[in-house]
This record gives sequence, C-alpha cells and structure tokens, in this order.
Amino acid sequence: MTELINELKEKIITQLNLEDISVEDIADGDALFGSGLGLDSIDALELIVMLDKDYGIKLTDPKEGRKIFETVKVMAAYIEEHRSK
Amino acid sequence: MADFISSYCHIAQNRVLLNGNEVFSSPDEDALNFLKSTYQWLKPGHPKFFKMDGLSKLAFIAAELLLKEEGLISEKEKDIAVVLSNKASSLDTDRKHQESINDAENYYPSPAVFVHTLPNICIGEISIRHKLYSENVFFVSDGFQAAMISNYSEALLKLGKTQRVLAGWVDWDSDSFEAFLYLTNNQGAIAHEAEIVSNLYQRK
Repeated sequence: MTELINELKEKIITQLNLEDISVEDIADGDALFGSGLGLDSIDALELIVMLDKDYGIKLTDPKEGRKIFETVKVMAAYIEEHRSK
Repeated sequence: MADFISSYCHIAQNRVLLNGNEVFSSPDEDALNFLKSTYQWLKPGHPKFFKMDGLSKLAFIAAELLLKEEGLISEKEKDIAVVLSNKASSLDTDRKHQESINDAENYYPSPAVFVHTLPNICIGEISIRHKLYSENVFFVSDGFQAAMISNYSEALLKLGKTQRVLAGWVDWDSDSFEAFLYLTNNQGAIAHEAEIVSNLYQRK
C-alpha cells in the first residue's frame, strides 16, 4: 500500500503539473481538493482518466470521484480493491 | 475623449520588451522553459500557470507584465476589455489532443489538454487572474491587423462598453511564439491609432 501511495503522489504531481510540490509535501491523509492541494474540476477529470489508463478502473459516474479522490490514502485503497491492471 | 496607449510589450525570440526596452531575456531555453523563467522573474504567484498550454502561458505573461507595470495587480475587479488575435489559433494544443485520440486502442484524451483547444481560453486565464468580467473577443487572421484590432478596441471604448482595453497579438505554434500586447487609458503620450499601433508592433 505504501508503494502505491507514493506512486500516486508522483503521478498526481506529474500529470497535474503541480509545480513546486514534492512527494514529501503531500501527506497520505491530506485533502486533494478544496483547502488541501487545491485541485480543481479539470484535475478531477484527469484523475478519472488516470484510473482508467493506469489501473483499468472505469468510473461511470464522475460524482464517484468525490469520495475516491478525498485523499491519496483513500484513492490507494480504492485502486487496490478495484484495479484490473 | 481620445484614448491612448499607456503601455505595450513584445515577447518573442526569448526576449521581453516593455515599452520598447528589454526587461528580461533568457536566450538558451526552449519556448516553454523560457516562459517558465519569465514567470519566475515576474513572480505572479499563480500556480495554475503551470497547468496552461503554451498560448495561454504566453498571453498570461504578457498581460501580467502590463498590468503589473500599471499597478493593476490586485484582487479588485477591473473594467478592462480584452481584444486578442493570432494566426495559429490553438493549433499546437489541437495537435496534442489529436495525438491522444488517434489510436482507438489507446484512447485517453487529457481533459486538461482538451480545455485549451480554443484560442480564447487564454483570455479566460487572463480574466480569472485579473478579475475581468468584461467584453472580450479573439480574432484569427494571417498576420497582425493593427487597424482591425485598434478600431474594434476603440469601438468598445466609444460605446462605453469598457474603460480600458488590453489588445494585441499572441501567437504560439510548435515552439514558435510572439506576443505584442498594449493597454489603453484615457491619458498618456501615445495616441491609440492604427498607424501607431502598427509601428509599435513592428518595433520589436
């Protein structure tokens, strides 16, 4: 799980172009949206594409993302349970 | 009341000129790294810059330079219309999007790329940054048409649609870029006339 969490942090930084943020800056339980990393709705769509492309998880309802993308830890747990890649 | 050009800038060939004077250069970088260096020099503190495409980054930097020069960086809403133009539209980003959907077996278009597949998105980025809820338009033409841009801007001013106009040319395609933007005001030393706009554009 720790390995996946770190992998996700790296992917989030790279794919969402989070300049000046490093893996160490993101705590496992930090909120990704709102007051946390401050991600926006386009970032949420990018994360949905990332789930599909890298882990074979298709979210049919974008609203599902609200819970799944709450924190990196929550994301990792969801991926572990549902991944096909 | 006559309108004037209160400040203008050129960004091309890895140089930034403000009112005709070079204020920044970084000759040995590719286009995107040059804009990143320019961002770091200007220090706007706007991390969403890094999520923009090349065209939006270029327009953002040019607008930031002029509004900073005029002491207009604030959280307040500003009555400034935006009239921009270019040749390549959003072609560079359009190509990136096309590449991501060419292969049906590997079909993962990026939403962040797709949202920039219109040239006027760069006006949106400027408007968000500077709180502009104003008139705006983006023209696509073969080259910079000083008369059309200045006449359109002047019409907005004369009709009372806006107090000031941020206008000009911002073009980006495959690592080639050029921006020429100016800001009008109701006072100043440079008349807002097509011939003068054309001359300023050519003095890069």
